[in-house]
Amino acid sequence: MSTAAHLSPHGSPPPVLELRGVTVRFGSVPALSRVSLALRAGEVVCVLGENGSGKSTLVAVLSGLQQPAEGELLVDGRPERFRSPQRARACGIATVWQDLAIAPLMSVWRNFFLGAEPTRGVWPFRRLDVGRAEEITTRAMARVGVPGLDPGQAASALQAGERQSLAIARALHFGARALVIDEPTAPMTVAQRALVLQSVVAARDAGLAVLFVTHSPQHAHLVGDRFLLLGGGRVAGDLTREDVDVHDLTRLVAGGDELSRLTDSLRAAEHDR
Amino acid sequence: MPPLHPFSAAPPSTSERLPGFGPVTPAAPRSAGRRVLDRLLARPGVGALFGVLVLAVFFGLQAPELISSGGLATVLDIAAPLGIGGVAVALLLVAGQFDLSIGVVAVGSSLVTALLVTQLGLGIWPALLVSLLAALLVGAANGLLVVTTGLPSFLVTLATFLVLQGASLAGAAAIAGSSRVTGLADAPGWESALAVFGSTAQLGDGRFRISLLWWVLATLLTTWLLWRTRFGNAVFASGGASRAAQELGVPVARTTVLLFLGTAAAGWLIGTLALVRLGGVQVDPALGDEIEFIVVAVIGGCLLTGGYGSTVGAALGALLYAVAREGLSLADWDPRWFQAFLGLLLLVALLVNGVVRRRLRTVPRS
Repeated sequence: MSTAAHLSPHGSPPPVLELRGVTVRFGSVPALSRVSLALRAGEVVCVLGENGSGKSTLVAVLSGLQQPAEGELLVDGRPERFRSPQRARACGIATVWQDLAIAPLMSVWRNFFLGAEPTRGVWPFRRLDVGRAEEITTRAMARVGVPGLDPGQAASALQAGERQSLAIARALHFGARALVIDEPTAPMTVAQRALVLQSVVAARDAGLAVLFVTHSPQHAHLVGDRFLLLGGGRVAGDLTREDVDVHDLTRLVAGGDELSRLTDSLRAAEHDR
Repeated sequence: MPPLHPFSAAPPSTSERLPGFGPVTPAAPRSAGRRVLDRLLARPGVGALFGVLVLAVFFGLQAPELISSGGLATVLDIAAPLGIGGVAVALLLVAGQFDLSIGVVAVGSSLVTALLVTQLGLGIWPALLVSLLAALLVGAANGLLVVTTGLPSFLVTLATFLVLQGASLAGAAAIAGSSRVTGLADAPGWESALAVFGSTAQLGDGRFRISLLWWVLATLLTTWLLWRTRFGNAVFASGGASRAAQELGVPVARTTVLLFLGTAAAGWLIGTLALVRLGGVQVDPALGDEIEFIVVAVIGGCLLTGGYGSTVGAALGALLYAVAREGLSLADWDPRWFQAFLGLLLLVALLVNGVVRRRLRTVPRS
């Protein structure tokens, strides 16, 4: 693959994943209107916003579950249409869902390799390579900060944060280039939350482009390079780490008034243009 | 004496109290005995094995002939067809689906074989091939209806059961003039069919039938498929986390249809074994047989909610059923008690399954 062709005029590589003016409507109600964002390799973009601000819809678009009515989606600077979650995955976009569905009674390694199990032998005697699968699972889990895991134990024995780690470890192992993480809203301990953040950092360090949807400005500020504030399906703010400290961010997210005021002013600015 | 912390050997590390960004220390290990117990309980089918042993001892004391080679042959003879259907249904249950039509597929396909031979003069083997295709057609219809409509397979296959039951009763009466079709022994290929589906072996005073081998073969094949192939992983995932499986690109629909084809083929095998053994087929209306396959699989440790179970367990469930049935009759109890007894066994199995599941699901809460 020649890299020169993909270089943007500024000389930096194009974003791994980019949305340009994406609009999604449910009936006549827009769930997202003209949302643009860019995910770059080795960078964490945190998406913050109230419930119903379009965070889930954004995740659905990026993972191929929802087709935008308008707008463009670009992978490596090339326009792409995600007709299915499979297509998104084939483009290297891995999604870690909020209500992360793992098969609770299956072992950790079976969950890890689900849909892409390593095999040996030739058909009709092709069989699972259990030893290799267990070994790889243990190593991949250690990489995201869950060492010493018994890959043969039932996945239901994993704690909430470890389940996210499993999904992220899976994405890393199968060569994902962009990771979309919808942070669980379910109650978790600080240690479990730390585990999720730790795997976000592990993914970033591995050179992935990460989109991290979270409710907590504190968590976002811990790991994020850029912050996308959503309000009413619109981008209410696109800030970098330099723009805000954790207090500003908390105020922006917690204060619905301020967020909407900001949204209004941004909208006004948009009309002026 | 102050209460001892069970895992007091390891001092509490700082990360337990002050969770940081560093690697999380794994939870304190359970005691070795407890772990072995957990591992053992996590194997579906252990309960059924335990049940077989208890019932064998219980009835063996009351009727010693149960333990003889004659008693064993009878028990295995009862268990074999049930086990063949049971392992196929177990796979389906693991994938979160039901099949109520397997028994009627057995009767229906053997009726098709018998009618083709007696009415059209076909050889046994071509007739068996046609009836196998017919059975697979029923399985494909079941499977495709379930995956395309999303209707509960319990209801879809109940409908199939009723349709096929009515059709085979009416068909047999209309074509052969009675609900009984016999006279296959003169057909070409009967000898070889008898060798494959009807051989027996005398060991002591017990006559062991070849259906036993088919049963063992079906159990080995399905067990290997379930635990050691990608197909098996897809089966587990289809029942355990269907949406996640679909998102990960596991062919859930194809797996489901294939499993319905499997139960249909098992039904055909059961029907063929009975057909060759009796030299004919008798069409009886009964929903009881259909339930028995599911009972056997559940006794063997399959969860009705899918995602968990084993085919060895289902085979042991069939054995348990047969030991209970033959034990009751040899111990000179009124055989009419059998269903009540079976119901009790099922209840115990369900309760044990519930306990196992809770143990496996136990996730430390914050």
